[in-house]
Amino acid sequence: MFTPHSLSLTPYHLEHTITMLTIKDLHVKIEDKEILKGINLQVNAGEVHAIMGPNGSGKSSLASTLAGREGYEVTKGEIIFDGKDLIDMAPEVRAREGVFLAFQYPVEIPGVSNINFLKTALSEIREYRGLPPLDAKGFLKLTKEKQQLVEFDAKLVNRSLNEGFSGGEKKRNEILQLAMLDPKLSILDETDSGLDIDALRIVSNGVNKLRSENNAFVLITHYQRLLDYIVPDFVHVLYDGRIVKSGTKELALELEEKGYDWLKDKTQLEKV
Amino acid sequence: MSTETTLPIYDLLTEIYDQQSAVPEYRQKAFNSFRSQGFPTIKNEEWKYTNVQPFLKEQYTAAVTEATVTTEDIKPFLIKGLDAHLIVLVNGKLNKSLSTFQSDVLISIEPLTEVPGYAADSISFTNNAFAALNTALTTSGLFIEVKANATINKPLHIIHYYTSDDNVFVQPRHMVCVHKNAKLDIIESVARDESKGIVWVNSVTQAYVEENAQFSQYVLQNGAANTRLVNFTEAVQHKYSLYNNFTFTFPGTELVRNTLHTRLAESATETHLYGLYIGADNQLIDNHTLVDHRKPNCLSNELYKGVLAGHAKAVFNGKVYVHQEAQKTNAFQQNNNLQLSDKASINSKPQLEIFADDVKCSHGSTVGQFNPDALFYLRSRGIEEATARALLIGAFAFDVVEKVTIPALREHIETLLNNNMENWYA
Repeated sequence: MFTPHSLSLTPYHLEHTITMLTIKDLHVKIEDKEILKGINLQVNAGEVHAIMGPNGSGKSSLASTLAGREGYEVTKGEIIFDGKDLIDMAPEVRAREGVFLAFQYPVEIPGVSNINFLKTALSEIREYRGLPPLDAKGFLKLTKEKQQLVEFDAKLVNRSLNEGFSGGEKKRNEILQLAMLDPKLSILDETDSGLDIDALRIVSNGVNKLRSENNAFVLITHYQRLLDYIVPDFVHVLYDGRIVKSGTKELALELEEKGYDWLKDKTQLEKV
Repeated sequence: MSTETTLPIYDLLTEIYDQQSAVPEYRQKAFNSFRSQGFPTIKNEEWKYTNVQPFLKEQYTAAVTEATVTTEDIKPFLIKGLDAHLIVLVNGKLNKSLSTFQSDVLISIEPLTEVPGYAADSISFTNNAFAALNTALTTSGLFIEVKANATINKPLHIIHYYTSDDNVFVQPRHMVCVHKNAKLDIIESVARDESKGIVWVNSVTQAYVEENAQFSQYVLQNGAANTRLVNFTEAVQHKYSLYNNFTFTFPGTELVRNTLHTRLAESATETHLYGLYIGADNQLIDNHTLVDHRKPNCLSNELYKGVLAGHAKAVFNGKVYVHQEAQKTNAFQQNNNLQLSDKASINSKPQLEIFADDVKCSHGSTVGQFNPDALFYLRSRGIEEATARALLIGAFAFDVVEKVTIPALREHIETLLNNNMENWYA
């Protein structure tokens, strides 16, 4: 039996690491269509996991389910984050608990200023975490510092949220938000898509600087390219709603070389 | 009309009219027009979605009582940080002791008791029974005149304060004349105290914007539930003049009907009409506008936005009439609505009648709900759902609010918007 599980690959980690996310036999449907068909995944603090797979395999659905997007109905299984069951939590509560989704397509919201949005989000999250509110000066200092991290144009901060931003600016804005909100678990949903090589480097540098022993990243991507910049500890291949193969970063290279077709054949064989 | 006689208010108004002696001809004409039309019913196309009949059922008293109002009463209705000349009207009547500004060499602000003949004749009473009634019976209001070439640096803040323990029908009448090359900004607030009577306000405002003059009128409507507002505003524009009208309606007043007519009587004028109406509870908010392009080379731009919660009902009817002579007209109109509850409703009707062939005209009308992707995006950053909704409403209203160029007024409007948010979801 094929067992997609990262656990067997991390014996040395187990002794002294904190489990951040545990997904067990997760089944999800949208309307009447089953999209995820039994996902198992464990992410520990300090780890970077990459989830790869062909179009329509369920990668973004997994990200949406973790963030609590409406319409993604969990029919079976569990998602335990930091010891708490995520499934019944509202999206904002998940965010305050420390889950962050960097959107594949960040939404443009004309009329809501970027800075006001950041301020509102940060103050609600800080309050939830029992931290004192930042004063104007402290907020400005933090924003400046994080802006530099993702080389985010200061002018954009005062503009309407994502409105008229280029693809690269939107993705950088996602990482800026990530840096500001300081989540435990960050899920980057195809953050590399639509990025030129410079933007990819900047975004990756930002993420690399934010990596620590206390947080974890799940990178969802089509291409190996991103993984040259953000080196994952583990790579999982998602196909038809299941993780069909897990490995280390070498698996990504193998996928790059062979494509996904051999996996499809393999799963067909396994089903037989 | 036979049905009208069943309304006690109709009988009362007729009685008041009949008791007058030596009634000027223009008032006779106006009252006859009202008498033959009666109060509008939903059979009247202009009032199809706004049934005023249920709002006319109560008993009213004839005389509007003189109320003692102090500066303390006015305080809550001042706009924080606004540097303006304050003018206070109590139940439609200019109160000089509460007003901090009187006439000077540049501007004259006096009570209006009789409607000048040209002004009375300027309004068509057809399908306009309320304006006819006001013309026949008005006893008070303001006559504001800005001298030619005068720029009034501070806006006038006019507070229309209403108070009554009895049910009263108030009919103020205002005129604003901005002479050649002059400039004036007016902010009008409707203020209702906690007194128990129903205050029915049937008001008419006429504005004359002369050659190369500029007049901006900001109207804030946020009265209490026992207030009913029917306004008729007519602005007549001359060559190279600019007229801006902003109408903000907030939850509170149970019936609001704004009829706004702009007559572009000469060429090369510019007109901007902005509206933002926020309806909640059982409110009925109706905005009827007419932009009457009579001459060539005029620009009109209209943007009305509405947010409807609870059982609120809104009506938007925007008519743009481009006469054959009005070549090179640019006329744009947009009405967007955000419906927050299944029980709220909106009737939006753009109406373009174009008889010139070399014009640029556009119109658009939308009714929508929250964008679920935007809501999720905000919530996914830890923002409470109610706060996220408030941010999105603010964003929706932004297109209109950002056009307000007086910073303190803009902040005041933003505050009014935010203050009301939490109540809408209760």
